[in-house]
Amino acid sequence: MRESMSMKIAVIDYGMGNLRSVTHALEHVAPEATIQLSSDPAVIAAADKIVFPGQGAMRDCMRELLARDLRPAVLAAAASKPFLGICVGAQLLFELSEEGGNTPALGLFPGQVRRFEAERMVAADGSRLKVPHMGWNEVWQTRPHPLWQGIADGSRFYFVHSYYMDTPDAALPVGRSDYPFPFTVAVARANIFATQFHPEKSHAAGLQLLKNFVAWDGTVQPAQ
Amino acid sequence: MLAKRIIPCLDVTDGRVVKGVNFVGLRDAGDPVEIARRYDQQGADELTFLDITASSDNRDLILHIIEAVAEQVFIPLTVGGGVRKVEDVRRLLNAGADKVGINTTAVTRPEVVEEAAGYFGSQAIVVAIDAKRVSAPDAAPRWEVYTHGGRNATGLDAVAWALEMQRRGAGEILLTSMDRDGTRSGFDLALTRAVSDALTIPVIASGGVGKLQDLADGIKLGRADAVLAASIFHFGDHTVGEAKQLMRQQGIEVRL
Repeated sequence: MRESMSMKIAVIDYGMGNLRSVTHALEHVAPEATIQLSSDPAVIAAADKIVFPGQGAMRDCMRELLARDLRPAVLAAAASKPFLGICVGAQLLFELSEEGGNTPALGLFPGQVRRFEAERMVAADGSRLKVPHMGWNEVWQTRPHPLWQGIADGSRFYFVHSYYMDTPDAALPVGRSDYPFPFTVAVARANIFATQFHPEKSHAAGLQLLKNFVAWDGTVQPAQ
Repeated sequence: MLAKRIIPCLDVTDGRVVKGVNFVGLRDAGDPVEIARRYDQQGADELTFLDITASSDNRDLILHIIEAVAEQVFIPLTVGGGVRKVEDVRRLLNAGADKVGINTTAVTRPEVVEEAAGYFGSQAIVVAIDAKRVSAPDAAPRWEVYTHGGRNATGLDAVAWALEMQRRGAGEILLTSMDRDGTRSGFDLALTRAVSDALTIPVIASGGVGKLQDLADGIKLGRADAVLAASIFHFGDHTVGEAKQLMRQQGIEVRL
């Protein structure tokens, strides 16, 4: 009864961007699992784990999510099983985004998604930093988490984004990068882990994070 | 801090990589998956595939290549060449590309850039600009945009055009100097710097790399955010890793 034993990981497809790289990377690290790219609430409800990606403009992502009536399915999954948000999929967990003129999001986490402001984008040597923040940046692990296991602190991950997560809840951030100021690039609470960077495009470190997610039971050891 | 990127470029025609025939140690020199994996192992930050297929009959073969590479290589993939409409962008993204390069069509139908960026996000759209110096040697430098693989002059100023593409939603500019391309005499640093300084989006320098120092110069003197090269890596002269070591020695932030 191999079919029933196989772990089911649903990648939520709400029509925003290319999700092939996410499913490819999951298939690579979890060859025994069943990876389902789906916009069907029943499939999402039946899955053991959820990956919630997102590309493009946040306002469009939110609109497409609502148009497919996926909000309840996403909220139910985020409340109950190991849940990995990626890029706009991470940003959508917050209350509001400045993108597209204050777009309301899912509101699971307190905080906003802010644009890298032109006047702040100056490096230590005086040169101007480009937006989008595009490429490989160091990710500093500000709190331990099962999903960081086997990944050296300061490992580089691949980013491409013009907006960043900003939360007043000091318990949420688990990862930080600098561009040029420090900002949150990974957040976690209970069964939810979410990254601004793209683990599926981040070579060995990214694959390790996905592998950790596949192995994760959704719990976090309480702090000593 | 953010690392400067090194991007090997693979020219593909009729489903085969046409540069890289002397790549040392490959069983099948023309196999795109094997070449992509080699560069990935060397530490390439991204890969760019340029489809130079002349006939539209064989254009779809690139889709199979991208699918095969995307299954095994987990770094960003850009595909350019022959993109004429939003539907072409969609098909390449669905095959596994992360970004799509638009060149001639950006000039003939700039609304395609706007539409594609609006639909797929700016992060997925790279506008490729082929520029050639048109000012006299003693005059203030000016570069003109060319299309159709460098055959047609457009009358457009390269810096102004790059700004226009940024305004229309390009997430990044791939800037190739036609004067330097294939010469192995280094990037056109004045061109690179002029465009990079004018823009708020990242610029990839391309065309003319003949030695490792050229890559470092593109970053330090040209102020590029990324450097693209083909033959210096294809012919086994140097590895991506060697390029990064040299750049790091010169104080450039790289991913090692």
